[in-house]
Amino acid sequence: MALELPKDKWSGSVQEVVIGATAADGGTRTAAVTVGGETTMPFVHFEAETPNRPVLALEIKDFRPNDWSTLLLDVWGEATNDPGAWAKAAEEAGADLLLLSLSLTDPEGNPNTPEAAVKAAKAVLEGSGLPLMVYGPGQAEVDNELLVPVANACQGERIVLGICEDKNYRTLVATAMANGHLVVGRAPMDVNLSKQLNILIKDAGLPLDRVLMDPTTGALGYGIEYGFSVMERLRLAALRGDAMTQSPMSVNVGFETWKTKESKVGDDVPETWGDWEERAISWETITAITLIEAGADIVILRHPESLKRVRAAIDNLITAPELS
Amino acid sequence: MAISGIEIYKMLPKTNCKDCGFPTCMAFALKLAAKQVELSACPHVSEEAKAQLAASSEPPVRLITLESDGHKLEVGNEVVLFRHEKTFYNKPGFFFLVKDSEEPAAITARVKEIDAFAVNYVGIDLTVDGFAVKSEGEGAALAAAVEAVRAGTKRPLILIGDDPQVLSAGLGKLDGEKTLIATATPENWEAMTDLAVAHKASLVVTAGSLDELAELTPKIKEKGLPNLVLDPQVSNFNDGVVKNTILRRMALAKNFRPFGFPIIAYPYKAGVPEVEIALATQAITKYAGFIVLENFAPETFYGLLVLRENIYTDPQKPIQVQPGVYEINQPSPEAPVMVTTNFSITYFSVANEIESSGLPGFLLVADAEGMSVLTAWAAGNFDAEQIAKDVKRFGVEEKISHKSIILPGHVAVLSGELEEELPGWEIKVGPREAVDLPAYLKQVA
Ligand code: SF4
Repeated sequence: MALELPKDKWSGSVQEVVIGATAADGGTRTAAVTVGGETTMPFVHFEAETPNRPVLALEIKDFRPNDWSTLLLDVWGEATNDPGAWAKAAEEAGADLLLLSLSLTDPEGNPNTPEAAVKAAKAVLEGSGLPLMVYGPGQAEVDNELLVPVANACQGERIVLGICEDKNYRTLVATAMANGHLVVGRAPMDVNLSKQLNILIKDAGLPLDRVLMDPTTGALGYGIEYGFSVMERLRLAALRGDAMTQSPMSVNVGFETWKTKESKVGDDVPETWGDWEERAISWETITAITLIEAGADIVILRHPESLKRVRAAIDNLITAPELS
Repeated sequence: MAISGIEIYKMLPKTNCKDCGFPTCMAFALKLAAKQVELSACPHVSEEAKAQLAASSEPPVRLITLESDGHKLEVGNEVVLFRHEKTFYNKPGFFFLVKDSEEPAAITARVKEIDAFAVNYVGIDLTVDGFAVKSEGEGAALAAAVEAVRAGTKRPLILIGDDPQVLSAGLGKLDGEKTLIATATPENWEAMTDLAVAHKASLVVTAGSLDELAELTPKIKEKGLPNLVLDPQVSNFNDGVVKNTILRRMALAKNFRPFGFPIIAYPYKAGVPEVEIALATQAITKYAGFIVLENFAPETFYGLLVLRENIYTDPQKPIQVQPGVYEINQPSPEAPVMVTTNFSITYFSVANEIESSGLPGFLLVADAEGMSVLTAWAAGNFDAEQIAKDVKRFGVEEKISHKSIILPGHVAVLSGELEEELPGWEIKVGPREAVDLPAYLKQVA
């Protein structure tokens, strides 16, 4: 006998999105990264091949962060004082792209400035040839104030600007349109809110091949199941042909996991939590792999060892197995 | 394909006698089609109809039970491919591997350590479910290893080997238990089936391909053993997704009976601790019912235990934490009081931020029906009256030397009313998002 494989028939697919521009396309990146394009649930190879692998970004900061776990500060060392050097180190650690997340203040506590943000972005572009995402500190006015000049200064590089939310997307979308960039929109763990935000972004004029969505997730132990299910539902909706859910999904696993107590601190925790460093890396790795199984296209991480482990899983996931 | 309610109705007595507890045969038929009742609830159904309906009234993924002195593990009975469609019901069991080539004393020591491990997560103690004893030699060695394991744990066991006689020696030490034995193959399945039947054990079945596996399980069932577990021989990430998806889709969507069983995964075969964790992660998300691990380390096993809790949480029910006053970082009476809701994620993100700020505080978790701050406020479950009620009910005033309370920024509008409900209190407005709490607390401290 030969089993008839239980294939689902889908009418839709995930939008393919290109991040970063090489010299040939008017930028300076050594290679662009393509995400999306899937026509099946994650890695269901017997329906169709996975056209683009999930990609891994490493997050770096413009200033040495004062709220990051010492495990991270130690592993990146001196590079945390220099975004260009940090970018280079992250590329050497195997990242596919970089996230530069801008700080609200400098280490002395003074408000960040557009000049400093542009300088940091330029340093990152110099330090590494990888495609770039740039996020503001997460306060609407400051984000716009810092990201518009960065977008101008990086014209043609096809960077990803973030984060668009329902109350703050117009400025970012406008500057992305003016400078040939992309945006990422984030909605709080809800299929309909993700859809609505994509409609707003599209109506503001940005074509959907320049939009990513961040469905928001919690870390392992802190709501990962909500992220997992909303991503599965978004992917199912995309495959069923709902255009407003077809953007590739980006999740910030590093940010979410490294603020959990399990990862952030080593002292004053239960003995049953075991070794701190291994626990922190496992926390980030387990969260990342779980969300990749749910359909993540871009996973942002912070620790190079997590990146190595997740990379190994992806390398294997994207090749079709022999079904003897 | 699953039988429809109408088809089932045609086979029932159609007397509407109500003995099944339903008003009509049709109502019963519909419940049966939805697999929400057992056929045996109708005492009047004919033998012929029984036989015909037997297949369709079985759960799509058979429930497998392992049992030992004081412990019971149930796996299977799953009905959906994606947890949001309903829920994943029975958490996969975690089993740690023991080889019978190891010294008995070393086996007992290792088993004791793992058996005793319990890590608290949201108020629940999470532990291992059992042990898998792998035969690498003669029956006597397996029997000795089983005894050594039993000296360290009472939890259920899986016995792994391919020689029925060797396994029999191990099973001889486990009288009265419900064990899982592995592995039946196209070569040894008859003797393995006899062994499992004789010892009331469940049996793991494997074959070189899924085609052969589909041929093998019906033969074993025919021989009188319905309690089977599938081993699709997953050795890597890609075939983990592909094979487990095929098995589960065929069982659920196609009602393909030969695959209507739980799946066992062996991440330990990776041989590298960090790959083992990654494969176990995948097994939890992708349909495994039994997960066999080898490398035990609290720092990694904790993460896997938590992931299993998370993925097997019922998505229809908001998870709630107990309302009350939570003391974080050993607060003294001067420490600030913050209020939030009892939606577990809200609670954990707030508590987590206070904890990681290093600053002491009291967190009053109000009873908001398990909703997040904004949802609960919109639904009228988190208002000034409720907060004031919980301030009194949980004796906040007795714990502190001041009279001020910090509201979440999202419900700043409640300040006025809360001042009326709590005369003499100072009502402060904190940040909207938990993540900004540490900075805020540093300011007010
Ligand atoms: S017990 Fe059987 S015959 Fe009586 S109503 Fe129920 S289904 Fe019909």
